[in-house]
Amino acid sequence: MRVALFVTCLVDGLFPDVGKATVQLLERLGCQVEVPLAQTCCGQMHINTGYLPEALPLVRRHVAAFGGYEAVVAPSGSCAGSVRHQHAWVASEAGDPELAAAARELASRTYELSEFLVDALGVTDVGAYYPHRVTYHPTCHSLRVLRVGDKPLRLLREVGGIDLVELPQAESCCGFGGTFAVKNPDTSAAMLADKMHHVLATGAEVCSASDSSCLLHIGGGLSRLRAGVRTVHLAEILASTRTEQPEVPPR
Amino acid sequence: MTQPVFLGMPTAPEGVGHLRGRRPFPEAARATLGDAQLRRNLAKATGTIRAKRAQVVGELPDWSELRAAGAALKDQVLANLDGYLVQLEERVTARGGVVHWAGDATEANRIVAGLVAAAGAREVVKVKSMATQEIGLNEALAAAGIAAWETDLAELIVQLGHDSPSHILVPAIHRNRAEIREIFLREMGKVGLPAPADLSDQPRALAEAARLHLRRKFLEATVAVSGANFAVAETGTLAVVESEGNGRMCLTLPRTLITVMGIEKLVPTWRDLEVFLQLLPRSSTGERMNPYTSMWTGVHAGDGPSAFHLVLLDNGRTATLADPQGRAALRCIRCSACLNVCPVYERTGGHAYGSVYPGPIGAVLSPQLTGVGDNASLPYASTLCGACYDVCPVAIDIPQMLVHLRSRVVDARREHGRVPSPEQAVMASAAYAMDSPARWTAALRAARLGRLLGGRRRKLTALPPPLSPWTGTRDVPLPPRQSFRDWWAKR
Repeated sequence: MRVALFVTCLVDGLFPDVGKATVQLLERLGCQVEVPLAQTCCGQMHINTGYLPEALPLVRRHVAAFGGYEAVVAPSGSCAGSVRHQHAWVASEAGDPELAAAARELASRTYELSEFLVDALGVTDVGAYYPHRVTYHPTCHSLRVLRVGDKPLRLLREVGGIDLVELPQAESCCGFGGTFAVKNPDTSAAMLADKMHHVLATGAEVCSASDSSCLLHIGGGLSRLRAGVRTVHLAEILASTRTEQPEVPPR
Repeated sequence: MTQPVFLGMPTAPEGVGHLRGRRPFPEAARATLGDAQLRRNLAKATGTIRAKRAQVVGELPDWSELRAAGAALKDQVLANLDGYLVQLEERVTARGGVVHWAGDATEANRIVAGLVAAAGAREVVKVKSMATQEIGLNEALAAAGIAAWETDLAELIVQLGHDSPSHILVPAIHRNRAEIREIFLREMGKVGLPAPADLSDQPRALAEAARLHLRRKFLEATVAVSGANFAVAETGTLAVVESEGNGRMCLTLPRTLITVMGIEKLVPTWRDLEVFLQLLPRSSTGERMNPYTSMWTGVHAGDGPSAFHLVLLDNGRTATLADPQGRAALRCIRCSACLNVCPVYERTGGHAYGSVYPGPIGAVLSPQLTGVGDNASLPYASTLCGACYDVCPVAIDIPQMLVHLRSRVVDARREHGRVPSPEQAVMASAAYAMDSPARWTAALRAARLGRLLGGRRRKLTALPPPLSPWTGTRDVPLPPRQSFRDWWAKR
């Protein structure tokens, strides 16, 4: 299957290993992966902060960049969510029904990674091997915008060697919320404190999620505390095999 | 010839009522987040109600159909509000009630104070009501020399504590029973029957002290003031649902009953109550049925109040109705399920919102009632996590509405500000860089310079404004040597 990777701006600029792991995983599963370099950012930050006119050219760019691919896959629940649930609205607000129609059409071809693996490729055992104690934060937009349900957990349960431990109050928000983290830093920190408390209670060495933005927040808090728990994207775990451990940073 | 200038729909006026906070949300939240007792009380209370709600909602196989019916009925009311309101007025009048129309809080307060004075009363007993909290009725009555006694247990705690409500359903949720005991011992004697000196903090003892204190108020009062959960346009019937029986006392004992009701509280027909009387208790208290459902239609000789006045309140509701993307907030039946699941509310409590309507629904309702210029920080008081939408019994898409209201806040600032704010500048320059792969690639390469700031730590621990609030509690990894797109291009 010919698949376009919607890598997301955050992965592109700050977490390239997540993008590399996604490519590696999809290729291992037989996909022909392409990365249209006309993509930049879906505009979610602008939309969610109320800057719709600023977001409009980004929506237009995104729709143009991904025309013609059978499937578009993003390693992010919130970015896939923005494409699926916000782009057509932004276009309609700007009085551009053609763009809105194109955005709706693209939305129907856009998948978050776990959805793509389970629903489009029909696999849960991706042949991964990851001998670590892991807890999984399911992320709000994966759960309540995309409704991915337990697909990420079904993928993780098939990973060889993994010790998957349940995260208490997993469905609670971690407190990131995009610009919320900066506009309401105290409330964000209070929510993060509770999330970290639950992560630490599991005794896991790795906290995983399918969104680098939530992991930037949770990982940033754990790093500040020197908590000894690292954050690893779902794609990096699923890309790991007995011979390849892409998430271990190079010395 | 001069053209008339349309100044927009009138919103709730300033200087009266409780829809505006003195401080923006982030500032008010900073104070409440530091209150360890409050955090503990809230986490315990919201956690308990959340679990009860989930259980009783889960029992109903047709919950999603009920929810869709509730939303559809409310939308039908909102689309035909003019007709239903006139129908309600006709039916109430035909059954011996008197209907008053109040454009805003000031007018409603004046009408109620006038009615109480005309009845010759210096005191009224009150049924718990959000509408009268919204308009600041108790303060307005006090200014007119009339004492208003709250008879709902939690409202009584708030009133005796010289406090303000922090939750729609459980206004004293921020208090625990030790604090309530203190308040009862200190304050009850000042305004009526004192609490027994040996009062314990056992719920049964606290409830008994309140019962004895309130009994005297019920028996002495000649006027009662209530809100309404529903009004049936078809029959002119008003309905109040409650748990303690204090409402039933207020609605039946006094000679005069005055009900203040927001104009969106209508349902078209009697039968429509079957939907809402299932949705409301399960969503709010987590009960299958609420203990008391009182309904009354006009007045009846020798049975209940001999005079009934209905005050229909706008106070920004028509302005809310005028926004096609915001009007669904008027579907709200004040169940407070969204407060109980909100991760922001659970930590900050209701007072941080500055309005009698806190939590997710407050963050979309308050700025619409007042106009988004006031309460501009409230649409941002959410992570858009979506938990509120999932539990809303009338399916208000609060996250989407929050984003819409954020765009209204930004657009209003754009129109009024001569100089762009720092945030506007950041957003505009980010959009500019992201609207071109060449500029975006260059920006990512420039960001690599950030590696120099990290030194040997392999992370950034302090960023300059506007990102300094991030590094107040969170580290940032160093920007990588190579962006993903540079890696891909060389692959």
